Amino acid sequence: MDLISNLSLGFGVAFTVQNIFLCFIGCMIGTLVGVLPGVGPVATIAMLLPITFGLDPTGALIMLAGIYYGAQYGGSTTAILVNIPGEATAVVTTLDGHQMAKQGRAGAALGVAALGSFFAGCVATIFIAAMGAPLTKLAQLFGPAEYFSLMVMGLVFSTVLARGSIFKALLMVFLGLLLATVGTDLETGQERMTLGIQQLSDGVDFAPLAMGIFGFAEIIRNLENPEARDVVRGKIGKLMPSWAEIKQSVPPVLRGTFIGGLLGILPGNGAVLGPFASYTMEKKLAKDPSRFGKGAIEGVAGPEAANNAGAQTAFIPLLTLGIPPNAVMALMVGAMTIHGIIPGPQVMTKNPDLFWGMIASMWIGNAMLVIINLPLVGMWVKLLKVPYRLMFPAIMIFCCIGIYSINNSVQDVYFTAFFALLGYILIKLGFEPAPMLLGFVLGKLMEEKLRQSLILSRGSFMTFVERPVSGVLLAVAVIMLVIALLPSINKKRDAVFQE
Amino acid sequence: MKKIALAAAIAAIVAAPAFAQTYPNKAITMIVPFAAGGPTDIVARIVAEPMSRALGQTVIIENVAGAGGTTGITRGAGAAADGYTLMMGHMGTHGAAPALYPNLKYDPAKDFAPIGVAAGTPIIIVGKKDHPANNLKEFIEWAKKQGDKSNHAHAGIGSVSHSTGILLNSIMGTKPTFIPYTGTGPALNDMMSGQVDYMTDQIVNLVGQINAGTVKAFAIATAARSPALPNLPTTKEAGIDGYEVSAWNAVFAPKGTPADVVKKLEAALNSALDDAGAKKRLDDLGAVSPVGNDRGSIALQKLVETEVARWTPVLKAAMAASK
Repeated sequence: MDLISNLSLGFGVAFTVQNIFLCFIGCMIGTLVGVLPGVGPVATIAMLLPITFGLDPTGALIMLAGIYYGAQYGGSTTAILVNIPGEATAVVTTLDGHQMAKQGRAGAALGVAALGSFFAGCVATIFIAAMGAPLTKLAQLFGPAEYFSLMVMGLVFSTVLARGSIFKALLMVFLGLLLATVGTDLETGQERMTLGIQQLSDGVDFAPLAMGIFGFAEIIRNLENPEARDVVRGKIGKLMPSWAEIKQSVPPVLRGTFIGGLLGILPGNGAVLGPFASYTMEKKLAKDPSRFGKGAIEGVAGPEAANNAGAQTAFIPLLTLGIPPNAVMALMVGAMTIHGIIPGPQVMTKNPDLFWGMIASMWIGNAMLVIINLPLVGMWVKLLKVPYRLMFPAIMIFCCIGIYSINNSVQDVYFTAFFALLGYILIKLGFEPAPMLLGFVLGKLMEEKLRQSLILSRGSFMTFVERPVSGVLLAVAVIMLVIALLPSINKKRDAVFQE
Repeated sequence: MKKIALAAAIAAIVAAPAFAQTYPNKAITMIVPFAAGGPTDIVARIVAEPMSRALGQTVIIENVAGAGGTTGITRGAGAAADGYTLMMGHMGTHGAAPALYPNLKYDPAKDFAPIGVAAGTPIIIVGKKDHPANNLKEFIEWAKKQGDKSNHAHAGIGSVSHSTGILLNSIMGTKPTFIPYTGTGPALNDMMSGQVDYMTDQIVNLVGQINAGTVKAFAIATAARSPALPNLPTTKEAGIDGYEVSAWNAVFAPKGTPADVVKKLEAALNSALDDAGAKKRLDDLGAVSPVGNDRGSIALQKLVETEVARWTPVLKAAMAASK
């Protein structure tokens, strides 16, 4: 019964006029910056940090958390409407979400994304409240070796399930892995493949890469055939998903919530893997996988739920261990320390009102996001009616501002232009950018974890097999590979990356 | 940031006729060479607010992260020397960087007009919670006996935990295996689960874990004990001489900034350090702000010179050995 008394303490804290108001402001700002391509939660929270000086710590953190999940949701809107993923977690949403928009089903896509996210958020909140502390112990079993094996399994899954141009998809994964190796060597501090450009010494940034390859390249492609975009503008369709669509989305949302929530707890930004994993799973389970990449609603519902669940459970390592799993959580640590709260395992016992108040505010925030966003769906969809000649310069300007604001660096804008050109060439040659982004996102972590495990084991590769959790993960990967290579099943392989 | 800058710019234009000749008559930018939310960023934001009040102009924080902080400092060093661009440098950018970055485009001791130290955060030596050693003496013995069988975590080349960790091992005469991470968080995580044996880092990152008993603290590398951890002995008390290090943060202006502007900035920083609100926030972090002769331009210049001299040989030797 601890859970109920704790949650009622939390809701007591969160349900004050001031905190509800702060939660609302946070969600509102978050949605706005999420919708603007490029202006991400990291930049926004950093700018708003000094404003929170005057607030009490609980209120300040509730507002900042609101910005965070508001931005997660707003980011899906941009991914669906204009095919630009503002963050790594929104990459998958572009695949089917934007196709739905092109077919005039933007309203349904946005609606399902909102409802799926809300459901995942509710479940994740209860999950954090009930299981936060014990799950943290489980997540700590994940050392470098386990993490590496998990990612090997992820990559095997996604390539094994690819069909048709599996060769091209593999090439793109490797290109992504290669791009991830640019930057300073982890162990020796030597610069690798930076061409003497100082900006590259910390590696290629995700935002310029994703926005160039997806967003700008897409704009260039649209500019060359006017008919295609008229189709998008012509049909708006209904604003809400139909019953059939909702029914179709329920199982993916349930699975997405589970998988995303679980991966979100992992230290080292496991939340990124959630949407990819969910998409792969939905495609695998679908009766007709060929619909994926052509506007399958499951391809929006599952990953969106996984994204939101993971975004929420990413708070677990922060709240229970005091260890931030990603950049936004690192900012939360900053916000806590500015308010005199030293993050660590003791926050739960020393500041129970802050701890439980924040968890309760997550539920309120999720409810608020639905209230803010469902009426807005109509407005967002109308945005598609804006003539393309007005829309694309606006998108480009917002993207450039967003990219610039991440590091206050002009060079990042140049990089985006370069990747836009590269992306356009790749599209023309029939290469899909999504596998490359997956390789890029996983590549950095994989290299880091591989080298850490090998240093810890003093060079013995047996460490990946000897450690039980790691061994099981690798075994699953091998079994998948064998099954996929058996000829009878081989025929049924379905495409993960085929758009 | 844009809006604040715009508001400040408008305020500056409105105020311009009255103060046209006096510095400062527009918003001042302070470059923080690290991502928002980190220890240096927090110190900068804490002092920027009372400094703004003292100067009558907003001090805006601009985060320019990259290459261990040297990207932001390189940009700041090349800015106009008019007092409108400042930098929050730290132990890494103005002490360790010359040894770690052979192509460094600035000289910490020659290319800046130092304003003053803002705060230093003490370094603590910690081990995993079931570490066999129970005090620093036992720890040193253990580290010597283990040789390269011991695992020393750090948060990446150029980070505070990397430099201070190398110095510790060179003083102890030990050669552990270094496990590099990409930040304090993941390194701490693996120490809490027992994969790595020990590390050194700033008090602000560790005090929560130490109090909760998830890691074992051996000593704090300051002259006096910290009020945040009164039971933790200093390195000197516990048995190592010469290991007194702190991750200091200090305000710099580009070389050639007029002397009267430097004076004004120095006074503004001093009044910020005396500000009760700022002082409390810094104390909460376990940070130590300078008093008396440790404040101001001259003290900072001396600090930079001694720090460069201290880190260069130790880090160069360690980097050469790792290649």
